[in-house]
Amino acid sequence: MPNKKSTSTVAHDSPISQKVATLPPSGIRKFFDLLSSIEDVISLGIGEPDFVTPWHIREAGIYSLEKGYTMYTSNAGMPELRQELANYLELHYDVSYRPEDEILITAGSSEGLDLVLRAIINPGDEVIIPSPCYVAYPADIILAGGVPVAVHTNEENNFVAKAADIEARVTKRTKAILIGYPANPTGAIMPRKEAHAIAELAKKHDLLVISDEIYARLVYGVEHVCFPSLPGMKKRTILISGFSKSHAMTGWRIGYVAADRRFIQALTKIHQYTLLCAPVMTQMATIEALRNGESDVENMVQEYNTRRRFMVKKLNEIGLSCFEPKGAFFAFPSIKATGMNSEEFAEKLLLEEKVAVVPGIAFGSSGEGFVRCCYATSLPNIEEALRRMGRFVRKNRPRAK
Amino acid sequence: MKEILRILEQNARATPAQIAAMVDKPVKEVQRVVKRAEKEGIILKYKAIINWPKLGKEDIWALIEVRVTPQRGVGYDAVAERIYQFPEVYSAYLVSGTYDLAILVRGKNMQAISGFVAEKLAPLEQVQSAVTHFLLKRYKESGETFHLPKEENRRLPITL
Repeated sequence: MPNKKSTSTVAHDSPISQKVATLPPSGIRKFFDLLSSIEDVISLGIGEPDFVTPWHIREAGIYSLEKGYTMYTSNAGMPELRQELANYLELHYDVSYRPEDEILITAGSSEGLDLVLRAIINPGDEVIIPSPCYVAYPADIILAGGVPVAVHTNEENNFVAKAADIEARVTKRTKAILIGYPANPTGAIMPRKEAHAIAELAKKHDLLVISDEIYARLVYGVEHVCFPSLPGMKKRTILISGFSKSHAMTGWRIGYVAADRRFIQALTKIHQYTLLCAPVMTQMATIEALRNGESDVENMVQEYNTRRRFMVKKLNEIGLSCFEPKGAFFAFPSIKATGMNSEEFAEKLLLEEKVAVVPGIAFGSSGEGFVRCCYATSLPNIEEALRRMGRFVRKNRPRAK
Repeated sequence: MKEILRILEQNARATPAQIAAMVDKPVKEVQRVVKRAEKEGIILKYKAIINWPKLGKEDIWALIEVRVTPQRGVGYDAVAERIYQFPEVYSAYLVSGTYDLAILVRGKNMQAISGFVAEKLAPLEQVQSAVTHFLLKRYKESGETFHLPKEENRRLPITL
């Protein structure tokens, strides 16, 4: 701005708010640019299914367009969709939500998370998150005016946040615990025993639990513990989920929040002033997904499971020790044996062997020493990527003294 | 066993070592299961799906609706067997509806197929009628599509 002799702080000079200006960019921007400049890369760095949305669901979306469904829906989402969703949650997780006022349809679970944090946080409120965790958790908390407080998790505790560790971080300002299991980036699941302990802790300190269960359907040989289904937890849990992972619908942007009506009312207020409603054709496709999509989910889970076992076995064989991920579609091997940090490892692997993985540091300081490898890609790709990674690890093994 | 068979159904060339890693079982056990399935006729054969039109060489195919007279004691099976033994018959099914047998026939050219129908199929005593539909184009076979562009990567190379 010319001719303006400012005496104020930098923030006033910048057109960008201080909060956003100081928000760290996603840890992989530089890596992404590098990746885009190299051809024929096998990417294990993708965080979405490699399946295309099942045809009957796409067809329902096309049908809705043909029939001229191009208008707004009610803010909360189409009543039929909320009803189907209530049935689905009851059937799979034994939790019952009233479709009229305890469910909100959002544009992906990402919108849901943003709404929840904005609806509950007063400036300076603390939200406890496990580390490593999905990259949006700390950023969304900061954007909502809160303070993220990380609880370290590691291989020894199967990357599950322990109640005792969480309790050690509880202060007078703690408002909520935000957990996401099955977890991105680790593939960890939340066992019933640990979930119970966290539930008790939440009751003891009167905390809310925000449970991001977007990967709930992708578990392998274990149960998924739906947090609000735990005794006495429905009223203090806000359940966030969607269909991106279970039904391979990432690009449709559809998700939901289920919670006590006082929360849903508050979320709907923000939602109606910002998004209005999730896209109608997406909602109509999702009704079809809920009515007739069960066998698709089962087939995809079966396919992921084969790839998961294959990847984990090979990672361990090539010397990158990997704890057994029982959910989502990620393996999170330790790269400590190579003596490199996660960014060095990922960059060098990309340049030397044209394999992309995500450095663990992108998911918080506790992710250092690990890389995220996604097995939502074809078996031949996984096999070739791991062959190259094996060669890379052998070549870069630190020399014995 | 089911899981191993499912993997082979997708990729008949998967090696015992690869399968073992995918199902988390010892290689020896996978080999034993596959051997047994082969011996018991659970795995009938390993074949490739060839996209012949790509080579400009394609046999002529026809779907023939056959109405037959079932026979006492053996129903449709005896006449079906007489028909499907012909090497021209690629697949044969008993179906409900306005005809009885649906057979898929393969021949070098149109004469080969019409010859088969006129000289072998139609003269059979139990065959009442045969309606021949020549195949014009194949879109999908054994779960694989022929004409869609393959594996176009639409996903971003990295997402969190």
